[in-house]
Amino acid sequence: MKTIEGLYYAKNHEWLKIEGDQGYVGITDYAQHELGDIVFVDMPQIGDTFDAGDVFGAIESVKAASDIYLPVSGEVVAINEDLDEAPELINEDAFENWIIKIKVTNEEDLELLMNAKQYEEYLKEEA
Amino acid sequence: MPTLKKTPLHDTHLAMGAKMVAFGGWEMPIQYSNIIEEHKSVREQVGLFDVSHMGEVTVSGKDAEAFVNYLTTNDASALTPNSIQYSMMCNEAGGVVDDLLVYRKSQEEFLLIINAGNIDKDMSWIREAQGQVNLDVSVINISDDVGQVALQGPHAERLLQEWVSIDLSTLQFFKFQENVTIDGIPCLISRTGYTGEDGFEIYTDRHHILKVWDVLLAAGKKYQIKPCGLGARDTLRFEANLPLYGHELTETITPFEAGYGVSVKLDKENFIGKTALKQQKEVGVRRKIVGFQLMDKGIARANYPVMDEKGRTIGEVTTGYKSPTLDKVIGMALIDATYAKLDSPIFVQVRNKSLKATVISRKFLNKNNK
Repeated sequence: MKTIEGLYYAKNHEWLKIEGDQGYVGITDYAQHELGDIVFVDMPQIGDTFDAGDVFGAIESVKAASDIYLPVSGEVVAINEDLDEAPELINEDAFENWIIKIKVTNEEDLELLMNAKQYEEYLKEEA
Repeated sequence: MPTLKKTPLHDTHLAMGAKMVAFGGWEMPIQYSNIIEEHKSVREQVGLFDVSHMGEVTVSGKDAEAFVNYLTTNDASALTPNSIQYSMMCNEAGGVVDDLLVYRKSQEEFLLIINAGNIDKDMSWIREAQGQVNLDVSVINISDDVGQVALQGPHAERLLQEWVSIDLSTLQFFKFQENVTIDGIPCLISRTGYTGEDGFEIYTDRHHILKVWDVLLAAGKKYQIKPCGLGARDTLRFEANLPLYGHELTETITPFEAGYGVSVKLDKENFIGKTALKQQKEVGVRRKIVGFQLMDKGIARANYPVMDEKGRTIGEVTTGYKSPTLDKVIGMALIDATYAKLDSPIFVQVRNKSLKATVISRKFLNKNNK
């Protein structure tokens, strides 16, 4: 499974890419592979705020709906509208196709996340 | 957790890289490649399913017909040899113990095909029914001896015809033939399926099913055959408006509520559940399974609550998908019959949102059965 250096990873298989005080959030390649064909992404509204670990939306594959969790506390500043029409973009490239962009409201939350190497180790333990 | 049962093709599924899941006490492939591709292969070319988990029960003896008629809602006396009917076993309240296919092999011999997850329950139920009547009948659960594959899709006939000596074009929908050999292996072949496409279900000794599977997969390459898992099986049967036990049918849902009243023959002699079903038929159903299309964005899944415009709960979703064939989000829901009229507005609670839906016909697409 593909991982990318420089991103933060959460145990629920979301990634976070930090740019300044903002960050893009998506699901990992492992997660998209486990889910299979993604047919809908249920996204929050711009302006919604969440604590680290909160459910901020859901990814629907053919078979099931899976909650997606925000790795750090934040406020939604953008959603990836391309996913409305083409949710399968996440299957094509899970790291390229972010789901939401947030303003990080508590930077300390980052310390609890994994780096790429730690996440790879975590996947091995999970398997 | 009890150990999951395995079909004779289990090792093959693993070797082919299938993703395995628990289903009704069995470890089964949910997909080999991906559900949508497998689904489309059955609609457009041909797909092969391992359905060896299904249960098979023989009913034989002088009173076999009378017993099947007591046990099930459809009229087994209407079946000629080599014919099949869809039927239900109901409880006294009219709820469905299981739905099944009844194969008539001869005057005194029937084969019942029951759901994998219900085999133990059904056998207790059948034994109990046997004790209620004084009939000369022998019932044997042969599920563990039988392997079964389903070959489904527009190319199914052409592919299978290459391997059998009977003329398949004369084998009609819901008819079967015994002792048809496929590469030397004697099989029972029926023109049935659970996809809404033309196709066959092929039964043989569990020790030989792997050979049948391998022969069909290899010979099917020129038709772009795909092995298909339970994921595609469910989306296909759903689009074809075929019920799945545990969803559209349960012990508390009657055939009339589920929309399968056609399988209940109230004019035949006594059968289990007749009194309750007759009464329901006279009074009319209070709830009903309808089709719906979701108008707002989202996907309605089984067990999500359904509400009316005022937010009152009127039922729940039994199955829902983004239909791979129609590319629309549709579903079936068991709701208060007063909302069952076509075009009625209903609402589905999807997580924290109430999404707008419209009642539509359950004939989501045209079936291609022969």
